[in-house]
Amino acid sequence: MRNKTVTTAHGSGGKASRELLESVFLPHLPSRLLAPLSDQALLPRPEGRVAFTTDSFVVKPLFFPGGDIGKLAVCGTVNDLAVGGAVPNYLACSFILEEGLPVADLQRVVRSLAETAREAGVEVVTGDTKVVERGAADGMFITTTGLGVVPDGLDIGAHRIEVGDVLLLSGHLADHGITLFCLREGIDLASDAVSDCAPLGELCSRLVSAAGDGLHAMRDPTRGGLATAVVEMANSAGVSVEMDEAAIPVRDAVRSACEVLGFDPLTVANEGKVVAFVSEDVAPAALEALRSHPLGRDAAVIGHVVPSLDGLVWLNTPIGGQRIVDLPAGELLPRIC
Amino acid sequence: MHLTEPFGDRALTQPLVERMMSLAERLSPRQVRLMEVCGSHTMSFFRTGVRSLLPDNVTLLSGPGCPVCVTPNRELDQMIALASLPNVTVATFGDMLRVPGSRSSLVQARTSGADVRVVYSPMDALTFAEADPSREVVFLGVGFETTAPTVAATVLEAARRDLRNFSVLVAHKLVPPALRALLTSGEVRIDAFILPGHVSTIIGAQPYAFLESEFGIPSVIAGFLPTDLLEGVVGCLELVAYDQAEVRNRYARFVRERGNVAAKSVLEETFEPCDAEWRGFGVIPESGLRLRPHLRRFDALERFTLDLPEPREVHGCLCGEVLKGMVSPDECKLFGTACSPENPIGPCMVSSEGACAAHYKYGAHRAVKV
Repeated sequence: MRNKTVTTAHGSGGKASRELLESVFLPHLPSRLLAPLSDQALLPRPEGRVAFTTDSFVVKPLFFPGGDIGKLAVCGTVNDLAVGGAVPNYLACSFILEEGLPVADLQRVVRSLAETAREAGVEVVTGDTKVVERGAADGMFITTTGLGVVPDGLDIGAHRIEVGDVLLLSGHLADHGITLFCLREGIDLASDAVSDCAPLGELCSRLVSAAGDGLHAMRDPTRGGLATAVVEMANSAGVSVEMDEAAIPVRDAVRSACEVLGFDPLTVANEGKVVAFVSEDVAPAALEALRSHPLGRDAAVIGHVVPSLDGLVWLNTPIGGQRIVDLPAGELLPRIC
Repeated sequence: MHLTEPFGDRALTQPLVERMMSLAERLSPRQVRLMEVCGSHTMSFFRTGVRSLLPDNVTLLSGPGCPVCVTPNRELDQMIALASLPNVTVATFGDMLRVPGSRSSLVQARTSGADVRVVYSPMDALTFAEADPSREVVFLGVGFETTAPTVAATVLEAARRDLRNFSVLVAHKLVPPALRALLTSGEVRIDAFILPGHVSTIIGAQPYAFLESEFGIPSVIAGFLPTDLLEGVVGCLELVAYDQAEVRNRYARFVRERGNVAAKSVLEETFEPCDAEWRGFGVIPESGLRLRPHLRRFDALERFTLDLPEPREVHGCLCGEVLKGMVSPDECKLFGTACSPENPIGPCMVSSEGACAAHYKYGAHRAVKV
């Protein structure tokens, strides 16, 4: 690459675009399906049901402890497939680059994206790059679209949640949201916090194998955190859930940062966690399966579906009190005092 | 172990819960009304589940201790107008963004092109001012005695650096005069106050002595963790049960009798008391702060000329009554219908410390558990 920064010429579709593609993207994305550089990828017909999803990533800053926008763009989409019981297969990646972005940063992101895709077992088979003028984007935006296959016979979703189900969480909450918030705002509250950004395909498939038909529903508690994931699933299923605050894993540094900022760790974003409803009889095996994977080492039983007519999610607090858990409103803003 | 864990340990909280129950039983059938003055207390009572443990004859009322909520529309309109001036950057704590004034909010002004930036320290505003001397930077000084010292220190630093493009819209309020106004108004019956921990860390316990000497109202300074909150309630019930009207400090690990001397000295150097308007209360004598004459050049209202129409109030919004403990949030007809956190009409629904936001978030308006 002759240029050290991205220019509008790189988005022209001409020689500069080709140079960017050949020097930055293709060396890291060795897919046989991508190689022809056609306007589309030709995919073999899958066996099972096709799961299809898309997500856009606009994270700031682009690089953070535990990941970057490239890793996030793969994890976010792969995880949306995985929690539906799909085995993620293919990704399409669309990059919007801001004029002036250092090419070295782009290379770093593409390398990370490619590594995460390999780790997640997905192939990047098609993509696109656009360049917008300085000020029109925050460095780089990435949209990934993912395609996976749900084996026939596997039925996972909120419609299967029932009274008596056990609620499992795969590890510590709020690491991603707090890491990014503190970094973005230059607040040194949780200096050793690291984003949990990770692809969950393998963890989810371990859960599917261990729990079988007893696995009723899964979600990855991303934006809006655990509170949003559980409340939305409970509402869809029309059931009430009781969670135990003392059982919900939150790291000390993260909890302290939340206290100072006035955030509820239950509403802060995660990027490498799964929350699952399983039937009581398979719960021990399901928990064991989660704990046997490095990403689920700190998994815990955090609640139960209870017989109640109110359809609410309740949190039992460590002192024996109770409160309602609801969807968070608005963006995370620290309190005045 | 987490630093705050012992304060939420059931082995410590259970005896307090039992003591609370036994005091409430002793007081029964008398209904005891406790006012938690501070907005952070309102939230903490819900969030920790302590509120769900309160005996039936103990009622918690929220008081005028949410800094965003007590800011009247006149000041909100000034903030929004300042943000809308050309070449002005307004720096604010995040809580203020969505609070509706008479006609708009800061977030709406930002959508229309105003430069409104959320900061986490007033010193960030100084950084903006230094970075771009061609722009005027105005910091919105909102909050009680808790936040005022950091704003005071920032103004002193701006003076030291001789910054010419930095000013503060001083909308700070003082808690003790509001308590006096509340008790003098005779509009609400309160048996005891749970006094704000953060404010008291700065001012100490001494400024509340008038509650005992002039009004005979018992009060307890409390912190925000489960044991602190329970200590606050238990302390109040003890004082009520034994008919004692003293001021008790149950947050002694942070609150001294004379408060934080260094912070008070910075306040004293920078500000002087003045009459101030509060939402729901009107003007309360000596309940606000203004810059001392030698620092007045940093007063945004002196630097900019704002010609604003008289503020308007939303018909039916009961935030003013909520702040005085006269009504519970769910007694407002707008609560949960026209007014919700997604579409707030009054400030008590916007602020993370607002009583309406707390009641809504923790579902006090919804069905009691079956």
